[in-house]
Amino acid sequence: MRMPILLWRRCLAVVALLGLVLLSGPLAAQQPTSVNPTAASVQEQQLLQQLQAVQGRISIPDQRANVLIQPAGQDWRAFHQVTLPWIGAIAILGMLAVLVLFYMSRGKIMIDSGPSKQRIVRFNSFERFVHWLTAGSFMLLALTGLNITFGKFLLLPVIGPEAFTALSQAGKYVHNYLSFPFMLGLVFMFLVWVVHNLPNAVDVAWLKAGGGLLKKGVHPPAKKFNAGQKLIFWAVIVGGVGLSVTGLILLFPFQGTSIADMQLSQMIHGLISLVLIAVMIAHIYIGSVGMEGAFDAMGSGEVDLNWAKEHHSLWVQEEMKKTGGAGARAQAAE
Amino acid sequence: MARMKFLCDADRCIECNACVTACKNEHEVPWGINRRRVVTINDGKPGERSISMACMHCTDAPCAAVCPVNCFYTTADAVVLHSKDLCIGCGYCFYACPFGAPQYPRVGNFGSRGKMDKCTYCAGGPEADSSPVEYAKYGANRLAEGKLPLCAEMCSTKALLAGDGDIIAQIYRERVLKRGYGSGAWGWRTAYKDTVNV
Repeated sequence: MRMPILLWRRCLAVVALLGLVLLSGPLAAQQPTSVNPTAASVQEQQLLQQLQAVQGRISIPDQRANVLIQPAGQDWRAFHQVTLPWIGAIAILGMLAVLVLFYMSRGKIMIDSGPSKQRIVRFNSFERFVHWLTAGSFMLLALTGLNITFGKFLLLPVIGPEAFTALSQAGKYVHNYLSFPFMLGLVFMFLVWVVHNLPNAVDVAWLKAGGGLLKKGVHPPAKKFNAGQKLIFWAVIVGGVGLSVTGLILLFPFQGTSIADMQLSQMIHGLISLVLIAVMIAHIYIGSVGMEGAFDAMGSGEVDLNWAKEHHSLWVQEEMKKTGGAGARAQAAE
Repeated sequence: MARMKFLCDADRCIECNACVTACKNEHEVPWGINRRRVVTINDGKPGERSISMACMHCTDAPCAAVCPVNCFYTTADAVVLHSKDLCIGCGYCFYACPFGAPQYPRVGNFGSRGKMDKCTYCAGGPEADSSPVEYAKYGANRLAEGKLPLCAEMCSTKALLAGDGDIIAQIYRERVLKRGYGSGAWGWRTAYKDTVNV
């Protein structure tokens, strides 16, 4: 009985071996000769085209570092290095050229009827404080801001890298800290003057007459603020709010914002400020050398009555009505 | 002179983060600052890849272009370095950098940034080579000692390559030819406007 069992076992083993060979034949043929793990892997170009950035997971605590490649930086660079300086140069130099031409053709705008002996209070001390709080901080913010964009082309070659860094470093702090008085000034300015700056029919007539800017002796009527001044007011308010919002985003990096938000904020911040600087150059011109008697309004707060009658006729009437003609007072005897 | 570059072979990187640690240790980089990091893309999915990234020392570097105080300079080895004495910490280089390389210690109020810190390609800064002043500001200057960046030198899988661009490109090309695949030189197109053709 032992022999047949052994024989049977051998036969089974042979069959099993044969079966293995038969089965493994096609399996071996299916095995690839080489593997290509990259066939299914992520590709840089593909990610850049699909997602505009290559992003992943990171194991260091700084989770913002999970962006591997952000090509948006190149766009920001192009804007900051080419577009922005050009816009700024055209806006600021263009405005200066327009003002020089205006001064050459029109000259200083004088009080047509000559200065009177009487003066009228145009801006009280709080209004002047608000104006100079905003204006003073804006001037320093503008200069330090312009230094960041244009300083390395204009100032750095003149004063050298060490002095320029010291200046720019101080400028950065001035810019960061003076933003708060500027924003405070904006809020006050809005509250104090918004009622006088709502557009009305008088403004249409004023604008149609070109504000009397181009022709001597033409003085379209105006209330406390004429249409030109209202435009300045709204440029400051709208531009100032834009500057404040974008500025705060830049002042508090990554506080709920991404690098894309900061790039966009910087672009808007730069654009608004350059346009506003150009507008302010015109405002400064007409408020100082461009017009006789204009500076007094923000200087002493009291303007010449004839100046007021020519430039703000309706406002003078209102004031006279309010005070019963006592609004104007004789100039102190000299 | 060589044109120094980094190349990370994503098919070899195992995300061990040893390059990150080595860099931090070699240069005594302060807390919160990472000159090098490893990013894993498609984590846990098929085709996942890890890439070690630091400053790529770009050709026509965006950081240098946008810097308002011109504190960047390129060495004869094409390594992009900067002067911490001139840096004002404005953050513009971080906006422009495609690789998120610039890092800032947080100093003062409203998140105001201190002097920028970034990968120096282990080449220090403008101070005298290997001086204590240079070490304190920028870390070790291995290049001055004839050594390559530590991150690449100690990479266990030799995924991270550092050295002359032509030589490391050739090493990578040979690898790809031999093994039959490669996901490319990550960041090269952005940094050097060039890629490794195999």
